[in-house]
Amino acid sequence: MLTYVLRRLGLAVITVFAITVVTFVILHLPPVDFVTAYAAQVAASGSSISPAEADAMRLAYGLNEPLLVQYWKWLSMVAVGDFGRSFEYGRPVTEVIGDRLWLTILLSLGAIVVTWGLALPIGIYSAVRQYSIGDYIFTFIGFAGLAVPNFLFALIIMYVGLRVFNTSVGGLFSSEFQLAPWSWAKVWDLAGHLPIPMLILALAGTAQLVRIMRANLLDELRRPYVVTARARGLSERRVIMKYPVRAALNPFASTIGYLLPYTVSGSIIISVVLSLPTVGPLLLHSLISQDMLLGSTIILMLGVLTVFGTLLSDLLLMWIDPRIRLGQLK
Amino acid sequence: MSATTAESRVAVATQRQLIWWRFRKHKLALVSAFVVLAFYVVAVFADTIAYTEPFDTQASRSYIPPQPIHWFDAAGHFHPTVNALKGTRDPRTFKLAYVPDASEPRDLVLFGHGYEYRLFGIIPTDIHLLGVVNSRPQDALFLLGTDQLGRDVFSRLILASRTSLSIGLIGVVISLVLGVLLGGISGLYGGWIDVVIQRVIEILRSIPTIPLWMGLASAVPNSWTPQQVYFAITLIISLIGWTELARVVRGRFLALREEDFITAAELAGASQMRIIFKHMVPSFLSHIIAAVSLALPAMIISETTLSFLGLGLRPPAISWGVLLQDAQNLQTLALAPWLLVVALPVIVVILAFNFLGDGLRDAADPYG
Repeated sequence: MLTYVLRRLGLAVITVFAITVVTFVILHLPPVDFVTAYAAQVAASGSSISPAEADAMRLAYGLNEPLLVQYWKWLSMVAVGDFGRSFEYGRPVTEVIGDRLWLTILLSLGAIVVTWGLALPIGIYSAVRQYSIGDYIFTFIGFAGLAVPNFLFALIIMYVGLRVFNTSVGGLFSSEFQLAPWSWAKVWDLAGHLPIPMLILALAGTAQLVRIMRANLLDELRRPYVVTARARGLSERRVIMKYPVRAALNPFASTIGYLLPYTVSGSIIISVVLSLPTVGPLLLHSLISQDMLLGSTIILMLGVLTVFGTLLSDLLLMWIDPRIRLGQLK
Repeated sequence: MSATTAESRVAVATQRQLIWWRFRKHKLALVSAFVVLAFYVVAVFADTIAYTEPFDTQASRSYIPPQPIHWFDAAGHFHPTVNALKGTRDPRTFKLAYVPDASEPRDLVLFGHGYEYRLFGIIPTDIHLLGVVNSRPQDALFLLGTDQLGRDVFSRLILASRTSLSIGLIGVVISLVLGVLLGGISGLYGGWIDVVIQRVIEILRSIPTIPLWMGLASAVPNSWTPQQVYFAITLIISLIGWTELARVVRGRFLALREEDFITAAELAGASQMRIIFKHMVPSFLSHIIAAVSLALPAMIISETTLSFLGLGLRPPAISWGVLLQDAQNLQTLALAPWLLVVALPVIVVILAFNFLGDGLRDAADPYG
């Protein structure tokens, strides 16, 4: 068990390291370095920064030194939470991101809860009632969920909302709460806006999970122990829920490792389409205007948080599943 | 009697026949195969099927709704026509508006003349699948309406499918090379090199891909030509897309290594190259084909998504994502809902690829 935890921790550390390298590469990919871009941006807005100031920034990030030194300087700044300033907003990057990061996490986690909440009962139903009309309907919806990219789905929902219900489904807050400080009324308002983006985001993941759950459960249902349980006169509900579902659940839970990155990815896009105040639109905007310190920080934060979430879920899984706990399963 | 003949037929069938028989049973996959084929035929003959120059802008004709074809004339005979558009001025605002004029039907013909292009990039011609007699098509024919700049949506959609479908194909080829190479090394040699490659795959899969793509794609300079951007985007998509293929290849290598016929070949003194290419590759080729047909739709979605966000291909290049970008905001959707029609081919082709891949995967192992 300890070796499993250590192995898992080690992988997480390596992954975080890989993410910092990738982020650094993205930060430096644009042909114009970000200090020059900053100076140009400031000059365009009327005022200007002195060459001394620009040189001070270059020095801080070590832009004239070898890449390895630059990486080290950048990393040691990031490690203590200094992500630099956003050129476009003229404020520290962390301030610009602010609540948006938490809203992204809330949206993604909410979508995963919805995914599980939908996929579990539907998967069980589809397996137990294989080839029933309901099974076919869910299979069809599942394939549609896989085939429709979620930004398209968001677009279509938005169009339907506009045409049929004559409302706009975009945003996470009503207009009166958009700039208001946090209060219970604002939280309540958020709760009212979250379900639609969550559902849109959950659709594709649900479709995948239903298929996995259905296939796993079908495999389990053919096992002799199920026949034995039935022969012993256990109620049908007990026969299915007590053992096969539990056995089929394990791969189901372990897919969160893929589900989380997938959902975070999706949240970026549907946030852009539905103009949700998450990091999505901010990331897109910063990348297009080449505000690289802001953009790369968002990429870094999303990556690290995803790794952290996956790690947590794996440890949780280990705690739940005795086979991993006892070291019998890799 | 018939059961035994069927059995003996199976017993002597080649692997290829067995796969074909199994695949044929999956009706949805069979239909999907034809749908996919049809899409690629359209992509190859895109210039012929489109009837209007896709870049031909006419600002005064922006947002013309789709024009229906009238199949029968007043007498009830089959006689397809479209109404010509007549420019009228709003008496109050003096704004120019085009309305279909029912008194001036234009005959619609197959293989009419239109703008000039080169078929397959070589043969100069001006024959298009649809033509309008006595008129330029762009004056009368708007099967799917026009966009803001007055460009014909149908023609653009057809030409966009060429870009989007080919980007998927090229991306898959790059992913396949990477996947087969790294997955093969991983599965064949095992040991530390396998551990390293597996960790790399795990790391790549645990990072949210879209922010990563966006970051990489945003570095593509604005000054690049559409062709350069096209290849850069393809490369970016496939750099992250190879992991699934590598996983499949490695899994097959590991499974096959344990098979008796491989051991037999080794004992018979066959060289490693011979074992790989003569014995292993033929027995997992079908699996790779199945994995590829499942990877293709993911590539198409990626390109569409990136272009939709404005970070992928950019105008004047046209792809499904670029076209969908026009339908991005609510105002446009309210004004010109037909722009959303581009979503349809995206959904259909992705569904078809998924069904096809499913069928191929089932058929890949005909002995199971």
